[in-house]
Amino acid sequence: MTDTDTKSIGYYLRTHIREYGMVVALVAILAFFQVLTDGIMLKPVNLTNLFLQNSYIIIMAVGMLLVIVGGNIDLSVGSVVGFIGALAAVMIVNWDLPTAFVIPVCLIAGAIIGAAQGYWVAYWRIPSFIVTLAGMLVFKGLTLALLGGASVGPFPDGFQAMSSGFIPDFFGGLIEGRFNLFSMSLGVALAAILPILGLRARAKQAKFAAVEEPMAVFVTKHAVAGLAILFVTYLLSTYRGLPNILVIMALLIAIFTFITNSTTLGRRIYALGGNEKAAKLSGINTKRLTFFTFANMGMLAALAGLVFAARLNTATPKAGLAFELDVIAAVFIGGASMSGGVGKVIGAVVGALIMGVMNNGMSIIGVGIDWQQVIKGLVLLAAVIFDVYNKNKA
Amino acid sequence: MDTILEMKNITKTFPGVKALDDVSLKVERGEIHALCGENGAGKSTLMKVLSGVYPHGTYDGDILYDGGVQEFKDIRDSEDRGIIIIHQELALVPLLSIAENIFLGNEVSENGVVNWPATFARTGELLQKVGLKENPATLVTNIGVGKQQLVEIAKALSKKVKLLILDEPTASLQENDSQKLLDLLLEFKAQGITSILISHKLNEINRVADRITIIRDGKAISTLDARGGTITEDDIVKDMVGRDMAHRYPDRTPNISSEKLMEVRNWSATHPLHPERKVVDNVNIDVAAGEVVGIAGLMGAGRTELAMSIFGQSYGTDISGEVLLRGKPIDVSTVEKAIASGLAYVTEDRKEMGLILEESITTNITLANLPGVSENGVLNEGAERSVAEEYRGKINIRTPNVAQKVMNLSGGNQQKVVLSKWLFAAPEVLILDEPTRGIDVGAKYEIYTIINQLAADGKGVIMISSEMPELLGMCDRIYVMNEGEIKGQLAAKDASQEAIMRMILKA
Repeated sequence: MTDTDTKSIGYYLRTHIREYGMVVALVAILAFFQVLTDGIMLKPVNLTNLFLQNSYIIIMAVGMLLVIVGGNIDLSVGSVVGFIGALAAVMIVNWDLPTAFVIPVCLIAGAIIGAAQGYWVAYWRIPSFIVTLAGMLVFKGLTLALLGGASVGPFPDGFQAMSSGFIPDFFGGLIEGRFNLFSMSLGVALAAILPILGLRARAKQAKFAAVEEPMAVFVTKHAVAGLAILFVTYLLSTYRGLPNILVIMALLIAIFTFITNSTTLGRRIYALGGNEKAAKLSGINTKRLTFFTFANMGMLAALAGLVFAARLNTATPKAGLAFELDVIAAVFIGGASMSGGVGKVIGAVVGALIMGVMNNGMSIIGVGIDWQQVIKGLVLLAAVIFDVYNKNKA
Repeated sequence: MDTILEMKNITKTFPGVKALDDVSLKVERGEIHALCGENGAGKSTLMKVLSGVYPHGTYDGDILYDGGVQEFKDIRDSEDRGIIIIHQELALVPLLSIAENIFLGNEVSENGVVNWPATFARTGELLQKVGLKENPATLVTNIGVGKQQLVEIAKALSKKVKLLILDEPTASLQENDSQKLLDLLLEFKAQGITSILISHKLNEINRVADRITIIRDGKAISTLDARGGTITEDDIVKDMVGRDMAHRYPDRTPNISSEKLMEVRNWSATHPLHPERKVVDNVNIDVAAGEVVGIAGLMGAGRTELAMSIFGQSYGTDISGEVLLRGKPIDVSTVEKAIASGLAYVTEDRKEMGLILEESITTNITLANLPGVSENGVLNEGAERSVAEEYRGKINIRTPNVAQKVMNLSGGNQQKVVLSKWLFAAPEVLILDEPTRGIDVGAKYEIYTIINQLAADGKGVIMISSEMPELLGMCDRIYVMNEGEIKGQLAAKDASQEAIMRMILKA
């Protein structure tokens, strides 16, 4: 019994090596910099910064994952970030429009930008590389035009709170000092809910067929994830609590993980990227799906644009420059395949975090921007080589 | 006569399939040696072993060629020794000129600089040898398949060929192009070039071949000497087929409804790129519940195009006509609607158009009917697994686990996954396009059993196949299609290979 058990665990881990390998790599890189930076890496203030600095990359990586799984690419997202930031600045600062009105308008504008590009890709079969390369130039130019070449700012407090605010401590009176008990409670609740949801999913699955994931893997996975959540929320709670943007990100990750793993929409996107002809002949509306992935990407790029502008507290013509490269790199480090059909939301998030931790860690220990680029490039290459090697071995 | 080639005890195994089992082949210098056998018998595999596509070490056995044991590492290696193979799927680059294609990888050049005048001059000579009157600068995409075939042969000649291998060279050629090609082979023979000809067309083989080796189920069955003129097509067929027809197809008692289940009326479609070419021309066909209807025809007859244009306009433009189910017109303008109306189309090209190879068996089986395993757009993974397990049992998909990726399955099992996908979509009419292409004999029998079961369950089955014995063994009725038109139909009792061929050739 034990023998077959360990065998199946070994088999399961071997077939899922990529998913767990990335998490292990992230933890190893964190530990590496924790030592090298004399513990600065995991200081609450640095950890908070890490999330704030990388929030917009993670937000876009989630959308980019869908685009890449669908077999396309979007090079325009960096320019869209800049353009939407500029649009928000012009509307709020120059025209005095209320923030609560501007935010939805900007998100819709982003969706329209994405849809406009997706239209050519999906219905005219123009290669996405070309359409979005054009989009990249167009929106970079429009950003400049909109801002008249100058920075526009500052934003009102309400707008800034989106990226630099924190969840207020509703239990504020209950404890001395700065410890944010409400944030900690959120973390505890999340750590408790995840295994319960996991167990329910297993029970549901077991009703129909044997559960694929061995129990030992399930327990280990949730124990590690739970401890990590508790650890991170504890650290953040000792500083200022959970950043607003972290909550937004967590929600996005949860929603898109659900879409990709558990809905027919998600399954169809994987099918589209895996084999477009077969998907089409199976009755899947591949054009509409491609269109959707781009519209969705546009909206998330707009959100990232708002977050980034709020963080800088100004819209500059240079905002978003080369962001698309970081986003695409994150998705590929996270295990997505260039040819489509393969990739996980959580992988893209972990990929973005690996890039973020490396940026942050190398900056702290004083590695110059020159060598940072070199090292990041090599990490991207190594991650993809690892993928290809694994695939060929299988 | 000396022997130019001797392949000794060649065995080649793929995961799950023994493609070649202890095959020996002897070819004499200067002869035209024909290789016969059904699809999937192992002819092409044997030639790939010979030409180094499967390099030395991936097979067992020895190749003796031109006086010594050869251990080819790749095609280039065998080409250097004068063995040139022309594959069924032509290996030409469509957007390069004839001259560029002929000297591709073998350019007339000095220090890497191409000598264009010499290239064109030599191309002109080669084209003359093969009797092709085309400008060497013409792009390959602009000439017909028959002429492309000749370009391939010219390319072979440019490489100082000693042993020319042609894999079904006439499969996609018109009659007169085929004749020209065969004449060319005889001419080469006169010049001392040895040829191996793989073909299904027994009359062609009888016309040009000196000796015939017959391969069946990965084994060399016999080598017949055709020079005396005493070999008949029946002799060849007997060895090709081996056992009785009765045992190759499962027994079935047809229970055919008297009413038509599906009717296609006045169906036409044109080529998507050449609007003047009618690929499907005013076709009328029907199928009853419980009936297996075949569509016979040569490659390029328009059978796949007919099926795909019916199935959600997946092929062609300018599609016109009507599809009726139980007498009522149905909307088949998109694949989604065609499936919803009760149609299913099992593609001839399962890897390119039927399966997502990187995904699991489960994912592939549920793909055409995701609503069947979901609620409000949310998938029920457990229900998916149980559906997959159900079909694994029912259709006998051989796999340790339904989470297995489809690319790791053998051809036969992949085909069963495609069939499962469409069975789960619960259609009333299934169009099966070459349902047994490229799978071994045992798996074929299982597929036939499934088809019979479908008919017994009251489905209408339309079966497109290029293997006439298969159509004769399986169908209640056979339509014969050529050049986009239905040329006629034959009841099972009147049908024979000859009758079908006659109908095809009837202008």
